[in-house]
Amino acid sequence: MDLSWLIGRLGLEHLPSEPATIGAAIGMPLMALAVVAGLTYFKKWTWLWKEWITTVDAKKIGIMYGIVSVLMLIRGIGDAIMLRMHTAAAGITGGDGLFQTDTFQQVFTAHGIIMIFFVAMGLMFALINIALPLMIGARDVAFPWLNSFSFWLFAVAMILVNFSLVLGGFSNGGWLGYPPLTSLEYSPGPGVDYWLWTLQIAGIGTLLSGINFIVTIISHRAPGMTLMKMPVFAWSVLITMVLVLLAFPILTATLSMMTLDRLFEMHFFTSEAGGNPMMYVNLIWAWGHPEVYILVLPAFGIFSEIVSVMARKALFGYKTMVAALTAIMFFSFLVWQHHFFTMGAGANVNAFFGIMTMIIAIPTGVKIFNWLFTMYRGKIKFTTPMIWFLCFVATFTIGGVTGVMMAVPAIDYQVHNTLFLVAHFHNTIIGGVVFAFLAAITYWFPKIFGFRLHEGLGKIAAYFWQIGFLLAFMPLYALGLMGAVRRLDNYDNPEWTPFFVVSGIGVLAITLGAGMLVVQIAYSVYKRKTLRDKTGDPWDGRTLEWSTPSPAPFYNFAVIPKVTRRDEWWYQKLDGVKSLKRSDYKDIVLPKNSSLGFVIAVLVGLFGFGAIWHVWWLMIVSMVAIIYFAIRRGLDDDVEYTIPAVELYRLDKEARG
Amino acid sequence: MKKLVWPIIIIGTAFGFLAIMWWLVAGTKPDVIYPSGQVGDHQQSLLMLTVLLSAAVVIPVFLMLGIFAWRYRDTNKKAKYKPEWQENVLLEAIWWGIPVIIITSLAIVTWFSSHSLDPHKAIVADKPPLKVQVVALQWKWLFIYPEEGIATVNSLPLEVDRPVSFEVAADAPMSAFWIPSLGSQIYAMNGMSTKLNLIPNKTGIFYGYNTNINGEGYSDMKFPVEVMPGDAFKKLSKKIASSSMTLDYNHYEEIAKPSRDEPVHQMSLSDKGLYDKILMKYMDHGGHEAPASEDNSNHEGMEH
Repeated sequence: MDLSWLIGRLGLEHLPSEPATIGAAIGMPLMALAVVAGLTYFKKWTWLWKEWITTVDAKKIGIMYGIVSVLMLIRGIGDAIMLRMHTAAAGITGGDGLFQTDTFQQVFTAHGIIMIFFVAMGLMFALINIALPLMIGARDVAFPWLNSFSFWLFAVAMILVNFSLVLGGFSNGGWLGYPPLTSLEYSPGPGVDYWLWTLQIAGIGTLLSGINFIVTIISHRAPGMTLMKMPVFAWSVLITMVLVLLAFPILTATLSMMTLDRLFEMHFFTSEAGGNPMMYVNLIWAWGHPEVYILVLPAFGIFSEIVSVMARKALFGYKTMVAALTAIMFFSFLVWQHHFFTMGAGANVNAFFGIMTMIIAIPTGVKIFNWLFTMYRGKIKFTTPMIWFLCFVATFTIGGVTGVMMAVPAIDYQVHNTLFLVAHFHNTIIGGVVFAFLAAITYWFPKIFGFRLHEGLGKIAAYFWQIGFLLAFMPLYALGLMGAVRRLDNYDNPEWTPFFVVSGIGVLAITLGAGMLVVQIAYSVYKRKTLRDKTGDPWDGRTLEWSTPSPAPFYNFAVIPKVTRRDEWWYQKLDGVKSLKRSDYKDIVLPKNSSLGFVIAVLVGLFGFGAIWHVWWLMIVSMVAIIYFAIRRGLDDDVEYTIPAVELYRLDKEARG
Repeated sequence: MKKLVWPIIIIGTAFGFLAIMWWLVAGTKPDVIYPSGQVGDHQQSLLMLTVLLSAAVVIPVFLMLGIFAWRYRDTNKKAKYKPEWQENVLLEAIWWGIPVIIITSLAIVTWFSSHSLDPHKAIVADKPPLKVQVVALQWKWLFIYPEEGIATVNSLPLEVDRPVSFEVAADAPMSAFWIPSLGSQIYAMNGMSTKLNLIPNKTGIFYGYNTNINGEGYSDMKFPVEVMPGDAFKKLSKKIASSSMTLDYNHYEEIAKPSRDEPVHQMSLSDKGLYDKILMKYMDHGGHEAPASEDNSNHEGMEH
């Protein structure tokens, strides 16, 4: 019986066939089952629905982003372990390594997508949601419902990418999936479609968040906080979100064209019939390059806050910091071609993009000097976030140097697409982005959960991450210069083996570091009474989030603070904080929870699933439902509720003990 | 003593790490750092130059990082503390200025080196360039020598000190052609021909690679490049030209079928227009204005 009208191209042959993937395919549903069983046993379903799934509170959404990202970090590191164990084993045994080539290629594609979209971007939105509204003295983001919708799109995309393990496999075309390799001709299976729809759905979620945070920063700052009195983190988020707004539509459009190619056999990016794969490469990097700045600018913002707080000193060169951020934003759109100097464009084109690329090193270098001179004549507390900062400066600087090297087209011709390149971007992304986000988790953790993370364990984690990073990636620089290309699954040069082995040991050291973070969180939860943050200001902070009690209440500020200067909270503390009078409390309006963000996102996920498996009726039904629920949400006027001043006064007294 | 624990751990770790790196690299001669061709030589010097220029920023950063962190630790009562010191026009001018100077000089170098090392640019030498047409296939390389009337798979014999003018295309997903010992890589794409000019200056066997993933057998696309003296090359090409194995379009289609770990083939070339036919495979649906010229030098119209 032909069931293809019902199930599209779904079929049993798409179940995994290799031990590693079978393990994952069995393990993941079991884990899901355990969670469901746990929730049922402890009768937590209502709690989950009311407190989390339907929440529109930015802090809770931030926590959910954080949980997803940490889980995905574990998966991403798992992928990295598979990759490096495979290449080490391939050298030692002189054979083909541990996995089939197809699995290896799926793993590095998934590693890239998961680390960029679901770890780095996820942690970024976690931290922005948690810290930004508090930092600018806002009660919530501008569009709380949209925020919940963005998160659920992100979560649904994450489920899609992981579900591919169970059914159908993932793309094996690399994280940016250049056609023609990812075209119907060479990759007809569902893997590339999983990749496409994962990126598409996560990308739309990101774009919506971008709009949300721009509006939040522009219109929801506390009275008196002019743009030039904003904390630098808020500046970095503003600029990042402008980049999101400009870059992500390119991703959406490019992926849509590719979807048309794959679903309806159109010819945007094919090699024949007028299609042009080079167009795809240009478009994907016109998004992809700003994307890496989207990751790293918030990291710069985070370290600007941390170094100034830990050195107990105002950030050096605030205005140049803002100018440097703006310059980076501008130039990040003028460099995309440096990702394919070797495609054979003329010398003038290559030289132009090369020079634009190295110009970015100038504002970036300036930021590093400003951070160093923030330390100068400070009183530095060597807390865990500060240790991350020191590791960041040392590591990121080296990544910057190799970046400038590759910006020279003539040099890039010799290192492009080799492991040298792989080492370079891990150097900047781990040393820049990951270190920053791990520092920020330690830094803002008490604000959200009301207790600090254990310092000693955090420092040990940082130590293992740093040494693991060096061991894992410095050998890759050398391998690249020796001729080892990226995405290599076997090689017959015994000279390379020790390099791959050391790199594999490095990955294990990073794993130890990540494990240490998990231990740190678990131990801190266990010791939460002794680690409790009673003051709400555990680091002697400078910005407004530290003026609230910890954990920050759901309404953020009982009374919105007035701002007269940069680092308002620091100077308020110097002047002596005035306690609020009974009459300062006014009625406040807060957004009501809504299930529709979750519901629509799930429908979007079903739509994507239908597109992946060519289940047309599912696409049609879910699209109709999406439109119905979107209209319903639009017509709903009952979306806010009021907390009377009396109640707010009581809540605030309670929160402040 | 307690305050020295962390500095000792950090310095000890740093030395330990350097020792491991030293153990790894000692005795190795990376192709990019020890090239065997003029293009690679220039690229290696450029690489060294950027390292030196960057050092002018990196060394001060590392020194300041260590010194400031140590000197301004909160337990050091002797250090000055100026919590409000946050602007200094002169200092900021210095650290905008120094990177500007470094990047400007590097930009000048970039401009000129992009032109002098442009892969399209023919290399001037005593001997006329050897013409080699390269086709990336799934998962092997086909090399066509139209003037010698020969073709090889997965092996690239070259003549020492004679420039090579490569024309590179793919009949597979986008691939990239790279011989690190000689310099510069270039993408190989369907229906268009990119150019790459190199010159081998040392005899010996080097290795070439595909740097761009083009499917399952991507890692297998490593091939030996044998650089030999002129007379040896002539002898070899004559021998191959007289081979009974001939390459025409039909045989090509056999070879082009996906295969892994393909052995070396040496064939005489019976169809001198084969490379153009391979390019034209992707042109027949219209769209591009394909130059129908038989002249091999005229592919640039298809390039971008």
